[in-house]
Amino acid sequence: MSARAGTLAGLAAVAAFGLAFLLLAPHWVELDTLLDLTVYMIMSILALSLGLVWGYGGILCFGQAAFFGLGAYTYAVAMVNIGESTLPFLLAIALPAGFAALLGYFMFYGRISDVYLGVITLTVTLILFNTVNSTAGPEYHIGSARLGGFNGIPSIPPLNIPGRPEAALDLEGMFYLSTALLLATYFGLRALLASRFGRVVVGVRENERRAELLGYDPRLYKLATFAIGGAIAGLAGCLFANWGAFVSPTIFGLAQSAQIIIWVIVGGRGTLIGPILGSIAMEWLTTTLGANQTTGTGGLADLWSNAPLVLGAILIGFVLLVPRGLVPTLADGAGRLLRRRLPAPAAAPAPEVAE
Amino acid sequence: MAAPLLETRSLGIRFGGVQAVRDVNFSLAEGELRCLIGPNGAGKSTFFKLITGQLQPSQGQVLFRGRDVSAAAAHEIARLGIGIKTQVPSVFDGLSVRENIWLAAIRLHRRRRAAAAAVDEMLARVGLAALADRPVGQLAHGQRQWVELGIVLSTDPQLILLDEPAAGMTHEEVLRTAELVREINRDKALIVVEHDMQFIRMIASRVTVFNQGAVLVEDTIANILRNPVVRDIYLGKQAAA
Ligand SMILES: Nc1ncnc2c1ncn2[C@@H]1O[C@H](COP(=O)(O)OP(=O)(O)O)[C@@H](O)[C@H]1O
Ligand SMILES: [Mg+2]
Repeated sequence: MSARAGTLAGLAAVAAFGLAFLLLAPHWVELDTLLDLTVYMIMSILALSLGLVWGYGGILCFGQAAFFGLGAYTYAVAMVNIGESTLPFLLAIALPAGFAALLGYFMFYGRISDVYLGVITLTVTLILFNTVNSTAGPEYHIGSARLGGFNGIPSIPPLNIPGRPEAALDLEGMFYLSTALLLATYFGLRALLASRFGRVVVGVRENERRAELLGYDPRLYKLATFAIGGAIAGLAGCLFANWGAFVSPTIFGLAQSAQIIIWVIVGGRGTLIGPILGSIAMEWLTTTLGANQTTGTGGLADLWSNAPLVLGAILIGFVLLVPRGLVPTLADGAGRLLRRRLPAPAAAPAPEVAE
Repeated sequence: MAAPLLETRSLGIRFGGVQAVRDVNFSLAEGELRCLIGPNGAGKSTFFKLITGQLQPSQGQVLFRGRDVSAAAAHEIARLGIGIKTQVPSVFDGLSVRENIWLAAIRLHRRRRAAAAAVDEMLARVGLAALADRPVGQLAHGQRQWVELGIVLSTDPQLILLDEPAAGMTHEEVLRTAELVREINRDKALIVVEHDMQFIRMIASRVTVFNQGAVLVEDTIANILRNPVVRDIYLGKQAAA
């Protein structure tokens, strides 16, 4: 099987599984499970945004939560004001993208080093957190939408079918939409990464100086990647605001930012499936651990119910033992097994876009 | 006389207290092949970085086809038609040989079919067709040099700078490189930094000698080899080494 055929087979498998999941899940599971699955889909979209920016663009952004939160708040504010979701939906993508482009312009064109890039993105997130957090008074409003400070914005109206404000999405509709948008994001990114633009982005990640000496402006490619990542995170934020009909400043918090990075570390950089699986696994684990009550006896069960401790241990374990993340490591192992079982000639190594 | 392809005027750069390149007036004709020699630390690589926009000069100018490019960004200069093979091979280590060449070819050929054909041609030309799907990071130093040569040639530059292209190569590879340099020179100008005098004799017409950041002398290879000052500061040392 050639590398190209392998890639196509992989794409077909993801498409088949995704479609089956999209169509069948609502018939198989209870509504509360469907609600959980929906948030997994939304967080997977968020994970993909950093999977692109960090995994392929090589830009370690500690502030992906900023764009996620901006998307959520933009949707909430616009929706409360407008009452029909088409424009709020688009704004929730465009505004974070524009903000990412602006921030990216200063960072990349200012030739800020990677370390400072991490610091700046984190700082921006915390500034947003503090700013929004301190808007509790009634004097802080945009149009008819009160920002609500640390209380957040409750009762956000749901998305509706474009042009028909009365046709609001129910919980099942949200599941279909989130899953469909996750699939669209995944395949859209696959197409992007297979394009000339995407391949140059990976080239810039591999060797910025060489890309430059070939005539590519790395700043432009990084800026575009960063802005696309902002747009995708904004989309996830919009869906998240819909999912709970609620948004609060914790969306900009340190925990949220760290979580996204952990998903990508666990799932694996340089793949798209990795961040999706990483986010689902970690979200599931967090929920499961969170459901455990401390027994107060101080035994092993108590340790297990200390969710941050368990998650931290998992993270350290991954960084030390599986530094490349789950999917790249498994893919390598599978490839090696296959090659051992197949007689010579040695199969060509999978191309860097295969996942 | 026709305008030079490349010209530097009183070009200089200072790193803190070190004047790495000083007052260099250099001129290269269209289609010329020039060798640059000089002891380690003479400023040859820094001179290349100034020409390619990787460093901005502290003094003087770089002109390419009469156009002042002293303040231009590296990618702009690359697009004007200057390609460089750096001293430490600069390649895309995590990507396959084919992808490396492709990234260079696609800048030139906007159409994928044309780019793919150009890649196959280049792989054959630099003798890497059999290694096309290997990650460049796994290749030997000499092979990485060839990958970088293939990358540089794929953007079809009018002026090619080669910084120690034969370093780390076997004798056979050195011969092939010399042959390739002569072949490239049929329609392109080159500046080649090299220590291997045998290699220089195989390719050179004129040689510029750098010493302590400045041009010491510029002459034919035969005269350079006879020059007592050059022998003293450079060739003598090399013979002793
Ligand atoms: N980025 C830098 N910062 C400080 N000094 C430098 C830098 N790059 C080169 N130099 C100094 O400039 C001089 C010339 O170096 P280089 O151009 O690499 O010499 P060559 O290529 O001829 O061996 C050396 O003394 C080197 O130490
Ligand atoms: Mg050097």
